[in-house]
Amino acid sequence: MEGIPPIMRRSALAAIAAIGSATLLVSGCSKADDNKDGNDGGGSSAAANAATKGVVNASDKKGGTVTYELSDVPDSFDPGNTYYAYMYNFSRLYARPLMTFEPGPGSKGNTLVPDLAASKGVPSDGGKTWTYKLRSGLKYQDGTAITSKDVKYAVERSNFARDVLSLGPNYFQQFLVGGDKYKGPYKDKSAKGLSSIETPDDTTIVFHLKQAFQEFDYLVSAPQTAPVPQAKDNGVDYVKNIVSSGSYQFQSYQDGKQAVLVRNKNWDPKTDPLRKQLPDKIVVNLKVNAETIDKDVQAGDAIDLGGTGVQAATQAQVLTDASKKANTDNTYGGRLVYMAINTKLKPFDNVACRKAVEYAIDKVSVQTAEGGPIRGDVATTVLPPDIPGYSKSDVYATTGNKGDVAKAKAQLKACGKTSINTNITARSDRPQEIDAATAIINSLKAVGINATLKQYPSGKYFTDYAGVPKFDNKQNVGLMMMQWGADWPSGYGFLQQILNGQAISQSGNTNLSQYDNKTVNTLLAKAIGTQDDAERNSIYTQIDKQTMDDAALVPLTYFKVLLARPTTFTNLVSTAAFSGQYDYLNIGVASK
Amino acid sequence: MTAPIETTGAAAEAQPEAVLQGAGKGQIEGRSLGQIAWSRFKKDRVAVAGAVIVVLLILVAVLARPIQALFGLDPNAFHQDLIDANTSLPNGGWGGMSLSHPLGVDPKFGRDIATRILEGSWVSLVVAFGSTILSNVIGAIMGVVAGYYGGRVDSVISRLMDTFLAFPLLLFAIAISATLQGGAFGLNGLPLHLSVLIFVIGFFNWPYLGRIVRGQTLALREREFVDASRGLGAKGPYILFRELMPNLVGPIIVYSTLLIPTNILFEASLSFLGVGIQPPQASWGGMLREAVTYYQVDPEYMIVPGLAIFVTVLAFNLLGDGLRDALDPRSR
Repeated sequence: MEGIPPIMRRSALAAIAAIGSATLLVSGCSKADDNKDGNDGGGSSAAANAATKGVVNASDKKGGTVTYELSDVPDSFDPGNTYYAYMYNFSRLYARPLMTFEPGPGSKGNTLVPDLAASKGVPSDGGKTWTYKLRSGLKYQDGTAITSKDVKYAVERSNFARDVLSLGPNYFQQFLVGGDKYKGPYKDKSAKGLSSIETPDDTTIVFHLKQAFQEFDYLVSAPQTAPVPQAKDNGVDYVKNIVSSGSYQFQSYQDGKQAVLVRNKNWDPKTDPLRKQLPDKIVVNLKVNAETIDKDVQAGDAIDLGGTGVQAATQAQVLTDASKKANTDNTYGGRLVYMAINTKLKPFDNVACRKAVEYAIDKVSVQTAEGGPIRGDVATTVLPPDIPGYSKSDVYATTGNKGDVAKAKAQLKACGKTSINTNITARSDRPQEIDAATAIINSLKAVGINATLKQYPSGKYFTDYAGVPKFDNKQNVGLMMMQWGADWPSGYGFLQQILNGQAISQSGNTNLSQYDNKTVNTLLAKAIGTQDDAERNSIYTQIDKQTMDDAALVPLTYFKVLLARPTTFTNLVSTAAFSGQYDYLNIGVASK
Repeated sequence: MTAPIETTGAAAEAQPEAVLQGAGKGQIEGRSLGQIAWSRFKKDRVAVAGAVIVVLLILVAVLARPIQALFGLDPNAFHQDLIDANTSLPNGGWGGMSLSHPLGVDPKFGRDIATRILEGSWVSLVVAFGSTILSNVIGAIMGVVAGYYGGRVDSVISRLMDTFLAFPLLLFAIAISATLQGGAFGLNGLPLHLSVLIFVIGFFNWPYLGRIVRGQTLALREREFVDASRGLGAKGPYILFRELMPNLVGPIIVYSTLLIPTNILFEASLSFLGVGIQPPQASWGGMLREAVTYYQVDPEYMIVPGLAIFVTVLAFNLLGDGLRDALDPRSR
């Protein structure tokens, strides 16, 4: 993963941040939280946050049309050319990856289950070789059989032909043997393809990795492993004639306007324990005004495909009205809002100076500046609560999380300083981040740390500014505002890019603290080679603890989204696997 | 050596014209251009009102920091105890106005709005005056040189003016303010932002005044007093700055007073766009920027800084118009 920053969570965030700026109008507290009138199944009303605790309106009722609306356009509907969490979620309706996440509330949604594969991957060679067996009887929408060669082809086209399909991540290229040499199926026309993916028969696929990687099942849950028939693939135009392997197929697709999906007759429920194929039709309307989406969602006419939460005005209405609040879900988005401390810059190379910062910041003030508890809970660990490996702890506990000037000053003294002048960076197009930085500057001033705000556009934040260690060290950038979400819900997926000392790159760096700790580096490498889940997760907890002891970053809040829940749709469940979005696999229409 | 004669010459040159203008209203004798202008200005009530407000504003801006120190006000002090964490807004409408916070406090942080308006006033005026002075000094010198020497010098300077006027100023301002974020010329923080704003706004506005001054100089240089001065052996710079300049003071003052409000608006726009004054430093444009999120819920946040900008710009415009009428009646 070195040097190639995952953009899925970041891109999705851009949208969230834009909304966040205008989303701070929450008004009054309603008592709907204590509302106990939630009923399960078929009903039209449930309690607030019901979809984060269970499936709302669970039902097997068939028929009707489910409409999704999106305020923008996705990067692509092509399963091999997308990096948005909501497309990872939605594409499963027409493209089945080897593995996927079981629909479930909150962190239960992080459970991996086999989809196209008959069972989980079988590791051998200490986790360097992974073998998957496909289910039998799998067919495309045209009735032709799906083979493991199609899966191999899908991985090759999505990861190795960056000149044609560039929008998805390229983890496979980084981890597969010979990944750096293979030029992709459009350039390399040899029938053999990439030799480190073997297909001994039509239902078996074997991946050979450079190093042991115990979370490989997470990697193959990406839509990049959904089969694509080579004969039908026409590169970037494949999006116009996607061949479905899932329960729905494209009836029509208008670029940037609308996509209509209908039942796939050749999809066999016997090959698929997850999908229910409930509605007759699924319509995706693109470029719909964000306020219109909120209205349609509340009227029960649509689901917000982006899943980034409601707009400002809607949020104020929804939270002041107990009956409306009952139809909302306020949930974690698998993301941490934090401030990185530059561990390579004087005086922050001294751990005591970093600890002074940890103690000085009034996190409640930051939380209020960001929009209050609706936008996030006060954070004290690197891993958010919905990521495996999270363990509650607070190394720099202060009364009411309000910061402790005396302790901060003591640390500053231990560092041999009475005052520090430094710069703090934030992304200029993310008002929430600037507001948080403003609150931090205010907290720090009280202990004698004078931070000056520097704003840079988010598009260049990592390539030209905060993500360039030379720039930070030269421009006296000691503190950097940051948000992070994992590409897959595991400690490794979350921590590797932001704490691994070997992942520090000269540009596009996401380890903003330039944190290079031998223990952490070793533990990360050890974790990914550890087979036992519990043991692996405990290593993540250790890494978290070590990072906090070293004060490499200041966790600020665990990011939360506020979703409006339409009452007319069935099987709504907010899953941590997709940033708190509803799981789109089995949403159906309730009787009106 | 020849100075006394020359200056009298210049005054005598200007006077008959002014007397002619006032002649219709009866006997006016022995009054200087300034006196005549002042008498005209006094009669213009709107302009006087503008002038009074401008003087008050300048007083407020100059005294902003001392007032804060005297009353223990801090534009950046948080009062988050007044903020409802769920709404980010202060309790009570209109920014939660109270005796201790007469204009209320801002959302999210609870900073006193009255103090921030006060703080913003000197920022606005420092940038506006600084940039106006900068552009006028350049504009006056370039204009008078171009107008007096003519020929090739004029062509070069005039093309230079065209080039500057063709500059996409707003885009350039945004770009340069963004690139100088990191610190430059050993400056950082507020001093950096102030000097960048003054430079960007001032350095590209000079051709407007330059053209006016050039035109006036073209007319003046053919006058007898210039010829006389030249005949007595005066050299270029002397004629430029001792003969021509005094006659150009009128248009320059008028144009300056009209340029200041434009520059205030420019500063506010840049801060509104997030490339001017950076938070947490208070500025009127910045306050407007923060208000955008809340205008539907509480218009207070938009009205207060909006009103401050409106009143300031209006006052300077009224004063400028009055000065123009008083100093240069022909332009009516």
